[in-house]
Amino acid sequence: MKADPHGVLTGTHFIDGDHACCEGALAAGARFAAGYPITPSTEVVERFAARVPTVGGTFIQMEDELAASITLQGAVWGGAKAFTVTSGPGFSLMMEHIGYAAMTETPCVFVDVQRGGPSTGLPTLPAQADMMQARWGSHGDYEIIALCPNSPQECFDLTIKAFNLAEEFRVPVMFMMDEVVGHMTEKVVIPPADQIEVVPRKHTRKSVEDYLPYGSNGDMVPEMAHAGEGYKFHVTGLTHDERGYPNMTPQTQDKLVRRLQNKIRAAVDRICLFEEDGIDSADVVVVSYGITSRVAQRAVQMARERGLKVGKLRLITAWPFPDQKIAEIASKVKALVVPELNLGQMVREVERAAQGKAKTIALPHAGGGVHNPDQILNAIVEAIRC
Amino acid sequence: MAKGRVSIVVERCKACGFCVEFCPTHVLALSSAFNSKGYHPPHVVHPEKCSGCDLCGMYCPDFAIYGTKVAEPKLVKAAGGEK
Amino acid sequence: MLNIDDTVNPVEPFLRSDRMPHIWCPGCGIGTTVNSFARALIDSKIDLESLALVSGIGCTGRVAGYVKLDSFHTTHGRAIPFATGLKLANPKLNVVVYSGDGDLSAIGGNHLIHAARRNIDLKVICVNNLIYAMTGGQTAPTTPGHATTSTNPYGTFEPAFNLPHLVEAAGAVYVARWTTFHVRQLARSISEAFQKKGFSFIEVISPCPTLYQRRNKMGDGLDTMKYYKEKSKVKHGTPTSEVGLTLNGEIAVGKFVDRDRPDYQSMMRAQYVESLGERYIEEPEVECVCG
Ligand SMILES: Cc1ncc(C[n+]2csc(CCOP(=O)(O)OP(=O)(O)O)c2C)c(N)n1
Ligand code: SF4
Ligand code: SF4
Ligand code: SF4
Ligand SMILES: [Mg+2]
Repeated sequence: MKADPHGVLTGTHFIDGDHACCEGALAAGARFAAGYPITPSTEVVERFAARVPTVGGTFIQMEDELAASITLQGAVWGGAKAFTVTSGPGFSLMMEHIGYAAMTETPCVFVDVQRGGPSTGLPTLPAQADMMQARWGSHGDYEIIALCPNSPQECFDLTIKAFNLAEEFRVPVMFMMDEVVGHMTEKVVIPPADQIEVVPRKHTRKSVEDYLPYGSNGDMVPEMAHAGEGYKFHVTGLTHDERGYPNMTPQTQDKLVRRLQNKIRAAVDRICLFEEDGIDSADVVVVSYGITSRVAQRAVQMARERGLKVGKLRLITAWPFPDQKIAEIASKVKALVVPELNLGQMVREVERAAQGKAKTIALPHAGGGVHNPDQILNAIVEAIRC
Repeated sequence: MAKGRVSIVVERCKACGFCVEFCPTHVLALSSAFNSKGYHPPHVVHPEKCSGCDLCGMYCPDFAIYGTKVAEPKLVKAAGGEK
Repeated sequence: MLNIDDTVNPVEPFLRSDRMPHIWCPGCGIGTTVNSFARALIDSKIDLESLALVSGIGCTGRVAGYVKLDSFHTTHGRAIPFATGLKLANPKLNVVVYSGDGDLSAIGGNHLIHAARRNIDLKVICVNNLIYAMTGGQTAPTTPGHATTSTNPYGTFEPAFNLPHLVEAAGAVYVARWTTFHVRQLARSISEAFQKKGFSFIEVISPCPTLYQRRNKMGDGLDTMKYYKEKSKVKHGTPTSEVGLTLNGEIAVGKFVDRDRPDYQSMMRAQYVESLGERYIEEPEVECVCG
């Protein structure tokens, strides 16, 4: 399905990542946002608040993030595509509802413009330290998808992708920006609506009698109905059977929780996006994501200028983690260098997936700025030498 | 002659006694019989007094009892059926 | 004595019969409130297909799972914000929030007052059993002074919320209180709330014999119903500041507030029309995002 032209601001713009994210959401068909102000994410909803009445939709500023993160889910069940936007402390408050969205299979997008933490931390400065929280922050076993843009253009493009994945898999998608990407202003090209592919809701065509709200289909993603259509369905965060009815047996739990996991894991190849460069001939590969990938790019260039064989892997999808891809690369190279704006999060995934086939070198940064390319360069040189 | 009729879904009853207490015409009493969950459901002791007001149904927290008005022609048959 | 005939219980069409019997204890008042709710649906001829019911978590929160409606059992305290999203995304829906006193006024208290302030068009039915029942009888913000609970084993000493007063102050357009003894009056109030546009709040005082009455030596459900009958006073229009509850005292019931104030969506539309004129697009262009 093509994008609704009303939401698409076709043209070439000079805007920051937060604004581009908002335009991506509108282009993807989001017509509802609930938010609560927090730096450095607020510009996304400020723009949405200004734009949405002329597009046809609703923005509501809620009393807190606990509310925002469930209000958007009510809107989804009312038929809208919906999202919320936050940063560190607000993201922490939203955790229970990420689990609720995963459990009830509510397609929606959570945008987290990462800032330094813990706690109030660095409100105006970047970090990438919510990566594990995005994956594991709610209790219980579940899967989510997380994307990491590294430019305002990607804030636009990948926000559309985030909504599309949310709809395709009926899963909450975490859109993991960071303060630099959010506040960096660059050229953003918004194509005409007929060049934007939008995934529609997986709405059931079954009759009221035949409809099973949580019946697993071949692809493990159940069909959805909206309130007010006559299906009289039930949605609960309790463990439930195919009818959506609570059923607290280990058997039902096993069946449900495994399906929630498998529907994502079975599609890892399709969900996992990455950008790679020079890996085949590399001795060392730098694995990075988000803003850090731009610093890494510079370091890789510098290393190549010195004649070093360095490859680059940029994770666009952080979750599910591309285990297979990392394993393949690890079997070909000496080392994987992993710079990130935290004290060691995704590097553990890289190390796990590399299965000891290559050395994994962490390059932590506590946040508040980005790496100096020299730091990454030094790590590359060191890795090649040993 | 009874204007109403009361129906009891014995297996749903948890013997709270609300219906017995609040039936305006005292049609009901808790019986000494047990249902399969071990509760004593109500039984009809004065069918002829039932007005079919469904207050018992409004009170019953277990959706286990309800009263219905009996249409005139059905009256004799219904009342007879109670005995 | 089994006496089933060909007629059906008038509440049956509103229930998920395949889920009966329900989990509520003998003499619990929650089921009784559902009868009044069903009666109100019949009386007010609401289109059931356009009706959605949203609950939080608790014994009362289980109502969502037993009614044959589009029904959402959400998270603890968050029924109101979920319902807000549902209503704003599809203004044609009638949205009822059905939840417990703790859910709505403790963990969800912030949402309660803000939804009342915004005057979101929601019908809130609060089953107030004066306790956190589902978790075993802990003190709620509604527990009257001196009552014994599992977390105040020597008696509560915190002052309790007077819910009608709270929601009136926050902006609700319709506020009533009944007990589970007042089945017909409650049904009438729910019907009236369906006629109102805006935030309506109906408190139903209800027995929790298992965890509140028993611990406070107040007998069983039936004893509590008799107490409600004896101690309730219908006081329509009484200032809500005067309807606070005490452990064994009088229970003021009736309709306390019935006023008109533009609801959130009317105010939103008016503002956009004023500011944006022709540029304002009221209805989403994509009515249905289905494939
Ligand atoms: C976030 C969260 N905290 C705590 C709980 C545990 N919990 C479940 S129900 C409940 C209290 C319910 O009390 P109330 O809303 O009065 O409902 P009742 O059971 O009395 O009908 C609590 C604390 C929970 N489910 N979620
Ligand atoms: S009110 Fe219902 S549950 Fe209670 S005794 Fe009567 S039939 Fe049984
Ligand atoms: S229908 Fe009315 S009169 Fe008949 S048993 Fe029920 S409460 Fe009593
Ligand atoms: S614990 Fe109390 S509120 Fe919960 S079902 Fe039992 S009686 Fe009702
Ligand atoms: Mg309670």
